[in-house]
Amino acid sequence: MTRLLGYADRVSAAPGDSIKVMVSSEGLDQYDAKMIRVIHGDINPAGPGYREETVDLDLGGPFTGRYQPINAGSYAVVENAPPNDARSSLGMQAIVWPTLPGQGTQTILTRENPDSGAGYRIFLDQTGAFACELTLGGDTVESVSTEVPLVAERWYLVSASFDVTEETLTICQHLLKPSPSLIEPCRVLHRFSVPSALVEFDGPIMIAARPGVARPAIEHFNGRIEAPKILTRPVLADEMENPAGTGHEQLFAAWDFSMEIPSDQIIDTSGNQLHGRLVNLPTRAVAGCAWNGDEHCWTNLPQHYAAIHFHDDDLYDCCWETDFEIILPEDIASGVFAVYLSSGSEEYYIPFAVRAPRGTATAPVAFVLPTASYMAYANTRLGIDIPETEIVAGRLLQLNPVDLFMQTHPEIGLCFYDLHNDGSGVYYTSRLRPIVNMQPKQIGHLGGVGSNVWQFNADTHILGWLEQMHQPFDVITDEDLQTEGVSVLERYQVVITGTHPEYYSIEMLDSLQEYLDDGGRLMYLGGNGFYWRVSYHPTLPGVIECRKSEDGIRAFAPLPGEFYASFTGEYTGLWRRNARAPNQLAGIGMVSQGFDHSSSYVMREGSHDPRAAFIFQGVEGPEFGDFGLSGGGAAGLELDATDHSLGTPPHTLVLASSERHTDLYLLTPEDMDDPAPGLGGTEAEIIRAEMVFFETPGGGAVFSTGSIAWCGSLSHANYDNDVARITTNVLQRFVDELPFCKLPQHSNEVDRTG
Amino acid sequence: MSRYQITDDDLKHAAQFRADPLGIPGPGLQRVLNLLRGGPKSGKYVLIVKEPFRRWVLGRLPAERGQPVEVMEHIEFTDLADAEWTVFKLRWKAHTGQDLEEEFDK
Repeated sequence: MTRLLGYADRVSAAPGDSIKVMVSSEGLDQYDAKMIRVIHGDINPAGPGYREETVDLDLGGPFTGRYQPINAGSYAVVENAPPNDARSSLGMQAIVWPTLPGQGTQTILTRENPDSGAGYRIFLDQTGAFACELTLGGDTVESVSTEVPLVAERWYLVSASFDVTEETLTICQHLLKPSPSLIEPCRVLHRFSVPSALVEFDGPIMIAARPGVARPAIEHFNGRIEAPKILTRPVLADEMENPAGTGHEQLFAAWDFSMEIPSDQIIDTSGNQLHGRLVNLPTRAVAGCAWNGDEHCWTNLPQHYAAIHFHDDDLYDCCWETDFEIILPEDIASGVFAVYLSSGSEEYYIPFAVRAPRGTATAPVAFVLPTASYMAYANTRLGIDIPETEIVAGRLLQLNPVDLFMQTHPEIGLCFYDLHNDGSGVYYTSRLRPIVNMQPKQIGHLGGVGSNVWQFNADTHILGWLEQMHQPFDVITDEDLQTEGVSVLERYQVVITGTHPEYYSIEMLDSLQEYLDDGGRLMYLGGNGFYWRVSYHPTLPGVIECRKSEDGIRAFAPLPGEFYASFTGEYTGLWRRNARAPNQLAGIGMVSQGFDHSSSYVMREGSHDPRAAFIFQGVEGPEFGDFGLSGGGAAGLELDATDHSLGTPPHTLVLASSERHTDLYLLTPEDMDDPAPGLGGTEAEIIRAEMVFFETPGGGAVFSTGSIAWCGSLSHANYDNDVARITTNVLQRFVDELPFCKLPQHSNEVDRTG
Repeated sequence: MSRYQITDDDLKHAAQFRADPLGIPGPGLQRVLNLLRGGPKSGKYVLIVKEPFRRWVLGRLPAERGQPVEVMEHIEFTDLADAEWTVFKLRWKAHTGQDLEEEFDK
């Protein structure tokens, strides 16, 4: 059972900062809280074991347990709209593209007074047919349905018209791109006696959900809604089949979703200023009914992107109440920490980084905690939603308590590896919710035989190694890079990455590149780094966007026309499709993945170059790394290699490379233009990790291992092994301020003598 | 239907798997495993961790999100190789109708 959950308002904080902690528990009277420093989160008995250190800081408590709900599902709400009434009739209209018609009542547009019950709403009924309900006060509730279910993923113009004079309620669903096999249009006229005393309609207006009692919103719409509007007159007959919709006469509200796309605001163009806000980040910058392929970038033709895709499982911010607040001591050392919640056998960790005091460095080494990549995998359902995971892992999947919890609590939200309930891909992921797989002690699904750790917990292998070496280091996060740029790096002699820093924004990448250009030293201790381009939201904290355009290893492809981020307008996808292949920064880039057995490295020609002599001191070779907690070898899980066509610097030394991978290792799709047999790990030479080194013009250098599994081998034989030796050799030289030699010159002259 | 289906010719691969369920399979066994480990999510065998790295029970995935995973508390393992071989036999029988228990354990 997972009955204790929490999250913090920030993932990075400096001494003196405060951190708000939100907690929810089920069936627990109280819980305790303390702060711990994470040293080694891997509980595999074959390794050094779990290590944490309690911080001498009283967080208060014991705290009273309470349940705080997660209200997933997106919608728009317009607060404080002036009342309107039915005396002048009423019209409602919207363009919709439903994705799950027939799966529960789904609201399109509503205004309901939760106290009086008076209101109006248009929706898809239980059968998926368009319907309208008017509650005019007293017992007068008029409902009408077309009784013809809408077809999924087709554009419809839906209209409802209440004519108080004629005492009619007319609804119409009109297919905008007709199909011979579908009955269209579908119009229903309902006559009834209008009561003499009509009530005013007030309360919030909602789009894509209606107000609930136990939760703020229910009956969510799944699919796209475009151009919803309310009129203070009936909708005319010809307007019900006109995709241009109604005229501008007697508009009460008309929202244009092509406006302010990066924001969480919806804009009313009626002149009545009934702007609203979006809850739980439905997907914007999606193709609307006008999209025809002429334009793929929404910033150039926003009218073609006038729809919003709502999902009943969208989640941005749980909005839980704060249970307690931590004020970090002024003298706390930088590191990876966590709030540890416990009650009986229940426990939960909320990790965060404590960075050095702002404007300072307290160590020569900075470890960049890849929080963007943690968010990308937040609560991933790979083990419970994706049946192919067992095949790619090469063994039975092991479900941990957090997997069982996620299975029965899908409201905890999705990530870039998941699909929404309606089958559409997830473009946004947030950290303002419990992230159950971002905890020490967690076991994943893709971490190879052995420890099977991934992302956060795999990165604690690096923390444990630094601790073992007594190497002072500061911790900074992706969010610090994002918001403060190179200034947070430039004070450090060495920057160390995590094991899988896969997701990078342009701001983060520029920061790292600028750091290197200025003479910094980078130790890229992982694989498949700097792969996907992500965008942080310009104003909302703790949320990133990624649309995996074109190709790459991905859970789904974005729909055509949707390759540009709604948050920023950036063309997202692989960095190699954005002129910034990881090879330029780190010398290597992703070539293969497999999640069963890792392999070892063999020293190559570059290892004998005098420039690399410091790296292999104490290493006999030629083979090394046939051990480790992540797949049993240092080369595994996801592999990077050089590619000069993608920007590997010409003077890069290939120090070592792996070989003899299994057939679960397959070539990346972006390298597979013309699929042919023999592209598995047992046959394809291209499937290998390459360990590289090169100097940079500013006197710095880059060392890259090319393997996620690398750090799982650090602790072997009590950290006395070749992988640890190589890594330590590199770190010690990189910490040394002595500049690296000038770059070897590659002559363009051709000797034609003789 | 795919050209490849499991037949009696694959019994030698089953024997290889039985000998080392956690090892690196050869190409013939890999093809068998691709088939046995494939299939839809609903009803897929998984292990439920009772004690990490020490004790597991068999489980099956449900069809839909929100539904609980079926937990077979009575089928417990303390060795992952045993778990792999047990599920291999179950899937082999489901695919072929043939009981490997009789084939190998008699």
